[in-house]
Amino acid sequence: MAKKREPNETQLNREITIEQRETEGLSLGTIVRRRFFRHKAAVVSLVVLGFVTLLAFTSVGTVIGGSGNLINDPNTNRLAIDGFRIEGWWAYNWYENYDVQNQGGQPTMDLANFTIGEHPFGQDTLGKDIFARVMRGIQQSLIVVLIVGVLSTVIGVIVGSVAGYFRGRIDSFLMRATDVVIILPLLVVGAVLSRNFGGDAVSLALLLGALAWTGLARLVRAEFLALREREFVDAARVAGASSFRIIFKHILPNTIGVIVVNATLLMAAAILIETSLSFLGFGIVAPDISLGQIISEYNEAFKTRPWLFWYPGLFIVIIALTINFIGDGLRDAFDPRQRRLPRTDGAINDLKKLIRNRKAN
Amino acid sequence: MLGFIVRRAAATLMVLLVASFIVYNLTAISGDPLLELRGSRDPDIQFKIAYLTDILDLDVPPPARYFLWLGGAAGCLIGQCDLGIAVSRSEVPVIEALSGAVASTVQLIALATILSIIVGVAVGMTTALRQYSGYDYTVTFFAFIFYSLPIFWVAVLLKEFGAIQFNRFLAEPVIPTTTAILIALGLAALVTGIVGGGLTTRIRAFLGSLVLSGILITFLNLTQWLKFPSIGAVGVVLLTLLAAGVVLLLSIGFSIRRGVFVVVGMAGVAGAMWLPGQYIFLYLQGPLGIFAMIAIMIAIGVVLGIVFGGDAKKEIARAAGITGFFAGLVMVIDEALQYWSQYISLIPIQNGFISTIGAVTPSIKRQDNMWLDLLDSYAHLILPTAALMIISVAGYTRYSRASLLEVMNQDYIRTARAKGLTERVVVVRHAMRNALLPIATIVPVDITGLIGGAVITEQVFAWNGMGSLFIRGLNAVDVNLVMGYVMVVGLMAVIGNVIADLLYSALDPRIRIN
Repeated sequence: MAKKREPNETQLNREITIEQRETEGLSLGTIVRRRFFRHKAAVVSLVVLGFVTLLAFTSVGTVIGGSGNLINDPNTNRLAIDGFRIEGWWAYNWYENYDVQNQGGQPTMDLANFTIGEHPFGQDTLGKDIFARVMRGIQQSLIVVLIVGVLSTVIGVIVGSVAGYFRGRIDSFLMRATDVVIILPLLVVGAVLSRNFGGDAVSLALLLGALAWTGLARLVRAEFLALREREFVDAARVAGASSFRIIFKHILPNTIGVIVVNATLLMAAAILIETSLSFLGFGIVAPDISLGQIISEYNEAFKTRPWLFWYPGLFIVIIALTINFIGDGLRDAFDPRQRRLPRTDGAINDLKKLIRNRKAN
Repeated sequence: MLGFIVRRAAATLMVLLVASFIVYNLTAISGDPLLELRGSRDPDIQFKIAYLTDILDLDVPPPARYFLWLGGAAGCLIGQCDLGIAVSRSEVPVIEALSGAVASTVQLIALATILSIIVGVAVGMTTALRQYSGYDYTVTFFAFIFYSLPIFWVAVLLKEFGAIQFNRFLAEPVIPTTTAILIALGLAALVTGIVGGGLTTRIRAFLGSLVLSGILITFLNLTQWLKFPSIGAVGVVLLTLLAAGVVLLLSIGFSIRRGVFVVVGMAGVAGAMWLPGQYIFLYLQGPLGIFAMIAIMIAIGVVLGIVFGGDAKKEIARAAGITGFFAGLVMVIDEALQYWSQYISLIPIQNGFISTIGAVTPSIKRQDNMWLDLLDSYAHLILPTAALMIISVAGYTRYSRASLLEVMNQDYIRTARAKGLTERVVVVRHAMRNALLPIATIVPVDITGLIGGAVITEQVFAWNGMGSLFIRGLNAVDVNLVMGYVMVVGLMAVIGNVIADLLYSALDPRIRIN
């Protein structure tokens, strides 16, 4: 028995030393990247999100600049959109009406026969191509996610780090201001935006970003309160570093894990908030479209044309899910305590033992 | 402590003042409250507009109008609230509109919140105990999906798809054989995953639960239980046994023989009390009967525990009392279900049993019978509760899983195991209590936050709560109503935070407030 256990123990020891050796002499970025790519769900999510983004932007093309309003193109005498239009490879666009085909515009996509057909996601009563609309909606929702993520991270980090580093009056003022922002109902601000300013994607995103930073600010503040008492901060101060330099060069890199993880979770929340606001009619409003706005527009048609409802919702779930998984992967990658040890008990191991014993006999 | 609360209150007041000023002005500039009236062709409309302009002070610019409003609101501190009138609600005082909406919202969210906390914590903790198992991976994956679902999509799907399909199914409530086999296999796999252990344990658990769920489904099919649900005396005994098992597992364990006898004996008591219970419900009409039943069962449990408890009197009495509470609850549900056939005969046939809209059925309301009202309101609550639960259960699951994992890796857990304590004691006594600490502090914040109403759920299911009041106020630019809503929600958020702080310092002696 004793002989049998020995190789196991040395194996275990080697494993731990390997794990320790694994991070030796590597930068934080390399360690995090390696750990992240070991998280299967996160990597798959990253690929899926990339694919969805690519599909959305290349298929129907996009519009840069301009007011985004629908205009009548004098050259072709067709409906067009104001702004610089980049065409995509998809034959239809999201604003023109086409002839309704396939029994009231039912989806022509047939996964069993691998056929896509003319209108894979179907058409609405006016003949608009739902695939093109959903793709445009994904574009707008992704733009909202990106802007909200960047803007609220920047504001949250600045507010949190200044409050946590300087403490005292500045801290309590900033934290009370944070409380005020928390109380402000998003719906009221959304109503002002959609009624007075037309409610397009970029302005909604700026608005959400300007209000969604509160949680991150609190987390960063807590990190700063702990880190500012550490010796390396004293050392920097003795060496004559300015407060600005200490905050951004010395302390901030140490909080990068918290910031990155929460920024991702914030982005996942942003798409749900955007679609919910648009659903209630206080977010993105026609003629601009987003995934929530599409569902809101076709809400009444569920009984007769459920496909108007399936696809935008499906893509909301896909985007939110992939971002959440990526956030989970980042959390694991940044958390040094996370260590996966192989399981030594459980049914599968019992089964293996059983087979092994069989063979031995 | 007092100083802490006073300082907190002062800061809160400032925050609320600033926030209310901003919200007031934003709401006021978001539109014209008289827009609809101005388009009207009614000859008297000028008087109406002049009257509303006067009563709402619309001739005063919004920043100054805020202080007029604040003057009325400040009266709340001395008991004379004047939050103005709600134009969009046929000009009733805002206070009146609010109190009705709060009651309706509480009714909507109370059940969903309690159930999601219980289910979420139970699921989260079992996954933490079976970390990296197939069960853990499956639950975590689904928690992620539920967490990423937009609630409006889920709510509409549930309403148009789930409810209508289920109502159609209830017309002929027999589960087809293939579905039944699939359900039984799924349940068995779930139980096996939770039980865990080695190969033999798993095979035993799988087969056992497969046979049990098979019997259960056959029983449901044969008696058409899903259409005519009832519990009866046997059901009361069985359900109380189940409750007794869970209470024992979580409190005194199965090693104290007296305790097991007393707590399991409560099932027998419940069975014996079933017939007298019918008379209690007959003579004590209204909610009094419900309270009396539950109180009697708790009292029986406590008395039995004290009389037969021996050395562990207190613990056994407590466990038996809790079991008694559940027994009483089961008996109340049993009584309500006895009115089921009457209920189905009264509701309009085309609606089906699961109602998709509103909070009451008028024809049931006219009967003026508490039990029918109870059944009716739960039939209306099923769908919104399910929609709300899907999302918050996911949150609680992830939170409690992380919390228990954190605790289970601590040194004192290893010490407890090294002492030779059983796994049940280690988990329930040592780990679970500490893992529940952070959860206890998010619960008050969550509950008070929910008073704000589930705006979207209320919208989809046509529920007249805080959320729909807020939306209606916003759509009509009814500043007074919106402000009333914001004040209630803001106050609730602050109260929730203070309770969480106090709770944390009360539960965890290491934390001192100030």
